[in-house]
Amino acid sequence: MADLLTFNRSRLPERFERPGALHFVAYVALLAFVVWSFQGAGWSFSALVSGGPALADFLSRSWPPSLERLPQLSKALLETFQMALAGTLIGIVLSLPLAVLAAKGLTRPSLLSRAVYTSSRLLIALFRTVPDLVWALVFVIAVGLGPFAGTLAIAVDTVGFCGRFFAEAMEDVEKGPAEALTAAGASRFDTIFCAVVPAAMPSFITTSLFALEKATRSSVVLGLVGAGGIGIELKVAMDFFDYQLAMTIILMIFVLVLCVERLGTLARSRILEGSSQ
Amino acid sequence: MAQPLLQSAGAVAPAVPAAHAGTNPLCDLKVEGLCKSFGKDRSVLHGVSFSVGREEAVALIGSNGAGKSTALRCALRLIEPEAGSVLLFGEDISSARQRQLRRVRAEVGFVFQKHNLVPRVSALTNVIHGNLGRAGGMRGWSQLLAATALRDRAMACLDRVGLADQALKRADQLSGGQSQRVAIARALMQQPRMIVADEPVASLDPVAGQEVMDLFRQLTREEGITLLFTSHNVQQALAYSDRVLAIRQGEVVLDENSSGLSAADLGKHYG
Repeated sequence: MADLLTFNRSRLPERFERPGALHFVAYVALLAFVVWSFQGAGWSFSALVSGGPALADFLSRSWPPSLERLPQLSKALLETFQMALAGTLIGIVLSLPLAVLAAKGLTRPSLLSRAVYTSSRLLIALFRTVPDLVWALVFVIAVGLGPFAGTLAIAVDTVGFCGRFFAEAMEDVEKGPAEALTAAGASRFDTIFCAVVPAAMPSFITTSLFALEKATRSSVVLGLVGAGGIGIELKVAMDFFDYQLAMTIILMIFVLVLCVERLGTLARSRILEGSSQ
Repeated sequence: MAQPLLQSAGAVAPAVPAAHAGTNPLCDLKVEGLCKSFGKDRSVLHGVSFSVGREEAVALIGSNGAGKSTALRCALRLIEPEAGSVLLFGEDISSARQRQLRRVRAEVGFVFQKHNLVPRVSALTNVIHGNLGRAGGMRGWSQLLAATALRDRAMACLDRVGLADQALKRADQLSGGQSQRVAIARALMQQPRMIVADEPVASLDPVAGQEVMDLFRQLTREEGITLLFTSHNVQQALAYSDRVLAIRQGEVVLDENSSGLSAADLGKHYG
């Protein structure tokens, strides 16, 4: 038995592949860049330590939170969530057809479909890479101050986020069911909606709920540029050094985001375990 | 095709048009000179030719990589062949446009080794999908939206394979044997003139495999459906077919009636 389990050590594979000279130089350069980035980012332990008392002062001046304007703040918080919900829903609806066009292998190979694929990918990349705050500034110019601008900004950002992940989810599904429906004479459109979309549905649901969580966080910040919601209340409180009110707003945002995350997790597990159609 | 099950859907799926009567009424599938390669170095089919007669059961055998699955897929143009012609029910589909291709495919029930059911939706919805080739659109997407006549026919198909009581069970919660039966019910939903089955029992245990093959035999005998199936099991190939084709390195090397063959004869075509 012992003989069977011995192995000539000279034939053992190495644990790690030894990098070539070029790779080694690249690793060193990468490490140097990371260190340099910390310097460029103004990382300072001394500033961090000296900032401690200021932070403690802020915390002491912001406690206890002020409950004076709670009804108005609750209304603003509700508006923030409504912006997030409406924007996310619009974004999800718009991103589905765009994702179909941007998914490889769903449309018949042709020059036109290639052009449509590339254009859809570029559009999704544009929506995703431009930050939501920038979209909010653009929509404030377009439709004026208020929650509608924020809703549009969230919708566009959601298209960028969901469009990419929806497309990738559809590219990754098992090809067998779609092949079976093609073999049965189904059209490409029917095949996508009967075989590809249901198979990608768990990923769609997960992505959509993440998009809602992300939008809830974003909608707070969008208020800072006048796009509605509770963000503007936070900015005004900070500008007027009303830290007790600011703390109230921060805690309300914390509770809202936490609730959305918890509900998202619950909904995800419920829907994914759900019944068949 | 005389069974009530396949007649009941007249309102949903029209009867086979007269135009489908082929030039050769006794031959459902005729494949000539099929060639296919994947990339420069992997040539899979080298001029494969064979035919399948009406109401005939034909087994296609051959070792892994011999080209059986590729030949079946090329015959329905699920994979585009590089050369050769395919006559399906007398129609030349070699250069057919998508619309014609879909119409002809709708009459062939394709059963895959891995069932290829849509997961997360019910067995009933999967069976209803079998009608998409004849009548597309949202009402064929799910049992929730389907017309009553369509649901009735789908239930009859499920009943035919003994799974009516599992209609609302999710496809990904069925056993391997049940999944394959649902796949057969989906094929029956097409009211097929022919069933093409690619290693239909390869992923099943022997008992479930035998049940599925028995079901195929019943369908060919009682419904008059033509059957072309691939198998690695030579005993099964002999028992359930009228004729055996053997394919080796992309060429058909045997085409004989099953009655004159033994398992040893077929065993030579492996390895």
